[in-house]
Amino acid sequence: MDLIEAALERRPENKEADGFRAPGMSRRKAVQAGMFGLFRAAALINGLALLVIVFFLLKNGAGSVTWEFLTEQPYDSMTRGGILPCIVGTLILGLGAMLVAFPLGVASAVFLSEYAAPGRAVRVIRLGINNLAGVPSVVFGLFGLAFFVTWCGFGVSILSGVLTLGLLSLPVIIGTAEEALRSVPQTYREASLGLGATKWQTISRVVLPAAVPGMLTGSILGLSRAAGETAAIMFTAAVFFSPRMPSGIFDQVMALPYHIYVLATAGTEIEKTRPLQYGTALVLICLVLGMNLAAIWYRARIQKRNQ
Amino acid sequence: MNKRFLKEKLIRAGFFVTALVSVLVLGMIMVFLFSQGLPIFDQVSVGRFIFGTQWYPTAEPPDFGILPLIAASVAVTAVSSLIAIPLGVTTAVYLAEIASPRMRGFFKPVVEMLAALPSVVIGFFGMVVFAPFLLEQLDLLTGLNLLNASIMLAFMSVPTICSISEDAIYSVPAELKEASLALGATHWQTIYRVIVPAALSGISTAVILGMSRAMGETMVVLMVAGGASLIPGSLFDPVRPMPASIAAEMAEAPFHSEHYYALFAIGVVLFLFTFLFNICADYIAGRHKQVGAATL
Repeated sequence: MDLIEAALERRPENKEADGFRAPGMSRRKAVQAGMFGLFRAAALINGLALLVIVFFLLKNGAGSVTWEFLTEQPYDSMTRGGILPCIVGTLILGLGAMLVAFPLGVASAVFLSEYAAPGRAVRVIRLGINNLAGVPSVVFGLFGLAFFVTWCGFGVSILSGVLTLGLLSLPVIIGTAEEALRSVPQTYREASLGLGATKWQTISRVVLPAAVPGMLTGSILGLSRAAGETAAIMFTAAVFFSPRMPSGIFDQVMALPYHIYVLATAGTEIEKTRPLQYGTALVLICLVLGMNLAAIWYRARIQKRNQ
Repeated sequence: MNKRFLKEKLIRAGFFVTALVSVLVLGMIMVFLFSQGLPIFDQVSVGRFIFGTQWYPTAEPPDFGILPLIAASVAVTAVSSLIAIPLGVTTAVYLAEIASPRMRGFFKPVVEMLAALPSVVIGFFGMVVFAPFLLEQLDLLTGLNLLNASIMLAFMSVPTICSISEDAIYSVPAELKEASLALGATHWQTIYRVIVPAALSGISTAVILGMSRAMGETMVVLMVAGGASLIPGSLFDPVRPMPASIAAEMAEAPFHSEHYYALFAIGVVLFLFTFLFNICADYIAGRHKQVGAATL
């Protein structure tokens, strides 16, 4: 102690250095406060963007969303009436896509997180999934057109659309399912195996049931993504106007996103149908954001329970 | 016991085969894109297709030069990145390092909801709200232009950039942060001298994936970019990026016509662009994987 104090005594500018440290520190603190302000502003900009979009849709669309709008067929060459067929079509496409993607995605995730040992096979599979996730939706649309619509002969139909959308949402489902499997404590598996269960018994009776809530969250997110997707169904499933509700998987369907696009860009009376466009967009984001909020809320509940 | 063993083997094989579906689908996408796109090169050479500056697919005789479309795609991606990268990365730093748990609990869902907004809705917003606004403010010929499309695209790639960067920042070992703070650095100095450099590979991956998303995004550029197949000269020029051309023209291109093949060939080019982005992202993420404090 004495030595240190002596050393400090001997430093000539000791006093000044002490005196300078305070302003130096406060400058650094000021820089920090300024930068943190900027970062906070960046986060706020995102919030603002979301708010502005939702605000304009609500302001201009709320007036046209009536009970009739939600429950009637469109008429007068789409300039009046409701959007029921679009809502139904979107739900069919979204749920159908999950029917395709959920089993495939969960099984892929089970392989990757429960069975696979690190190696070339896993590297290839991961590369495949990552790249599939990066394929633009319009390219999925082209693929759907060339493969399901033409080559398989399904035509422009619900089936083609559902299969295209299912493959498009596969990476999302795999990602969330893997995360759900990872969050199952290792001790569950060890306990089950220790009791003499086989690997498959452990997975099917212990791991999967524990991971189901997380996987459901993922499938809600996948569903909402599929429901909002436009480019992938343009050439594979969607039709601008259909006089009747779809009655089978080989029918074309109307869908909310495609309806917005066509009304806003190619309709004969773009200005006149503006309220309908806003209303349709509002219904679509309510559907999509509602599903997302449900998933976020559900996930928060699971996390709380797990802690 | 032997039978049980066999069953286990079979189940494992079943899961393995299912996991291969993603790879298979990716392969099939390539096969079908190429098989439908390559016939156009019987009509025009690869060089004339890619570097040709005239895109008049329905003229007589037709011109299939997609340079304006490629230039437009590159331009909207670049301009939107200028906005999305700073915004996405700073938001990620805010969420991971600065925000209180309460603010985090609020802003994280906001970013997730931004990611969930259907692209057609953002395109619609750009068309009916933002384009008139631009027109009024800047006295332009058209509000549907490169700038508008880039701004709308930026808000589509911010969530991608933000959430992946945030994960990367989170996975920086706490020892690094603690060591820096213990040496007397402020929190801000720690962030930009220690945490961000340590998370840089993850952040780069995020940026590349965000750009890939912007390049492949269809509805926004279809509705907002203006649709003129010209090589953009200014921010306010209407442009026609590759996805917009495919989406707008596929409906009117007769089945198995030259135009149809040309659109698939554009799909091939677009696919190759995004594929390259993704391979880069994968390479960086794998190459510089942060495994622990000791690797630095």
